[in-house]
Amino acid sequence: MDRIITYAEAIREASEQEMARDSSVVLFGQGAYNPKITYGTTGDLQRLFGSDRVFDTPLSEDGMTGIAIGASLAGLRPIHFHQRMDFLLLAMNQIVNIAAKSHYMYGGAVSIPIVIRAIIGRSWGQGAQHSQGLHSLFMHIPGLKVVSPTTPYDAKGCLIQSIRDDNPVIFVEHRMLHYIKGYVPESSYTVPFGKARVLAEGTDITLVGISYMAVECIRAQHQLAEVGISAEVVDPVSLSPLDIDSIVDSVRKTGRLLVVDSGWLMCGASAEIIAQVAARLQGERDIRVRRMGFEPVPCPTTKNLENLFYPNAQKVAGIAYGLVHKNDKSWMPAAKEAPELVEFRGPF
Amino acid sequence: MLAKFYQSLYRIRRVEEEIAKIYPSDKIKSPVHLSIGQEAVAVGVCEALRPSDVVFGFYRSHAFYLAKGGDLKKMMAELYGKATGCANGKGGSMHLVDVERGVMGTSAVVGTGIPQAVGYAYAVKLQRRDVIVTSVFGDGAVDEGAFHESLNFASLKKLPVIFICENNGYAINSRQLDRHPLPNIWERAQVYGIPAMRIEDNDLRQIYEAVRKAAEELRSERAGPRFFECITYRWKEHVGPGEDFGVYRPWSEAEPWIEGDQLKLLGNMLDPVERQGIEAEIEAEIHEAIEFAEESPFPDDGELFTDVYKER
Repeated sequence: MDRIITYAEAIREASEQEMARDSSVVLFGQGAYNPKITYGTTGDLQRLFGSDRVFDTPLSEDGMTGIAIGASLAGLRPIHFHQRMDFLLLAMNQIVNIAAKSHYMYGGAVSIPIVIRAIIGRSWGQGAQHSQGLHSLFMHIPGLKVVSPTTPYDAKGCLIQSIRDDNPVIFVEHRMLHYIKGYVPESSYTVPFGKARVLAEGTDITLVGISYMAVECIRAQHQLAEVGISAEVVDPVSLSPLDIDSIVDSVRKTGRLLVVDSGWLMCGASAEIIAQVAARLQGERDIRVRRMGFEPVPCPTTKNLENLFYPNAQKVAGIAYGLVHKNDKSWMPAAKEAPELVEFRGPF
Repeated sequence: MLAKFYQSLYRIRRVEEEIAKIYPSDKIKSPVHLSIGQEAVAVGVCEALRPSDVVFGFYRSHAFYLAKGGDLKKMMAELYGKATGCANGKGGSMHLVDVERGVMGTSAVVGTGIPQAVGYAYAVKLQRRDVIVTSVFGDGAVDEGAFHESLNFASLKKLPVIFICENNGYAINSRQLDRHPLPNIWERAQVYGIPAMRIEDNDLRQIYEAVRKAAEELRSERAGPRFFECITYRWKEHVGPGEDFGVYRPWSEAEPWIEGDQLKLLGNMLDPVERQGIEAEIEAEIHEAIEFAEESPFPDDGELFTDVYKER
């Protein structure tokens, strides 16, 4: 019997199953024991596994990341939780200079199996320092893996895979995804990295949606169907390693590519995906490409400007329509705010 | 213990003197930060530890690597960039590692190894392993936020970690009192509730006794941490084989340290025949290690791409 649970419950279940299976798994972060702060993703884990394995931390992102690395050197598999990806900027030295490089720099003598859970995303006026999607900063660094699952199924499988992986993994969770429901098996399973998922098949255009934008791409796909456009929606799931083959295969078929990111465009994941697709298909297939993401400004808090800052399903559908009809911008579906955005209230 | 102290001190001094001699040949094509003058701290600390204990050092860690029992041949080969080096030639002098001997990888970014030592200590406490973790850093590392974050957490969780600040008075060329309002590094540890003391004069015996006692307490009480500020002096330039007196520090400042050289003091206390035997053995070992490094192959081109990620 299919079991429908939320993305947040899927993450909690993955953590519980791995902590029960492997006593070396520990979970910490500022507020990590508190289900309210973690959107329900840590539930009653502290009660189940004790305060030595699930614990709150000082507000020391840099130090605690180094502590996670050191603990992993001694055989633990830490999950380090961050309420906002913005806070990872305080830990860049440990992530980039130590975690990413240790295995190589020490000739394979050590490995750093840590998971850094980072919450990104829009919602309820989070503003310039509480909403950034900085995954592309980490995609740039050899030695790191970066995953951004969209479905509850992939959230559970990717988190288990992240915990079992012997390398540092940046696990990107969009705040709005926590409320998304989907089919999740009760048993433990892994979703391999480096394998994109085709969420919807189509023939006229390829929509690549990163993290929450995959949800908006699916909504756009429904709207496009109403005007006779068949869109294929691809969720990369893992950004590094990146399954460019699956994206290339889709674009070879459709001839059109729109990449929609939960981040900025300049040097971003969308730039990387389009560059790789262009390099692979040049001389073979005439393609048209566009990309969407944050507007090139810091994120404002006030609602009307925040709406302009982010891509959404309507904007995606409109741009996709233009790509298919050679820049004819005559159509855009009626604006309709996503239900999870309407329902969400802060302050976390 | 005297012979053991002398053996370790002499080995480090002579290895680094040979490195300084080889350096102008450009066979060692990466930065070296020599510990000459500071060896007593490494020897005093490591002789007080067990082989199963671990040390986290930093880019000036030839001394700690050797004092903790790190493989000399692999170290020399690493400096030469050879495939037989302790990091397969990919790390160099600043990134020495010998996990089997408890020398965890050393970092070239000041202060970054401190939290890793604390994290390691958290793990061994959770795993109920009888291991003491030592974190070594210079007076420059005290300026970094990671130092304070690490001390705070180590004390909060009562972790079995011994902090060793090798205070040689300079962060590269910057004097301590151009960076700190007070010369009180050890007192900073105290405000985190960590028992701390300053040990003057590069005194090997005092360092050894203090660390031995601290390690015993940490093992029996399963609680920590402890902090020692060891005052020492670097004889060579910050990086490279030369000297830099007259540039930012006067020769007169070095004179008392060279006069009180621990190697010389301890050597004079030894029976001359025993001393000669120790020295001859080490000279042969160094000769063999340099030959090993010279004759070892460079890594294959394909090595560029190995070990970026750990594969199962």
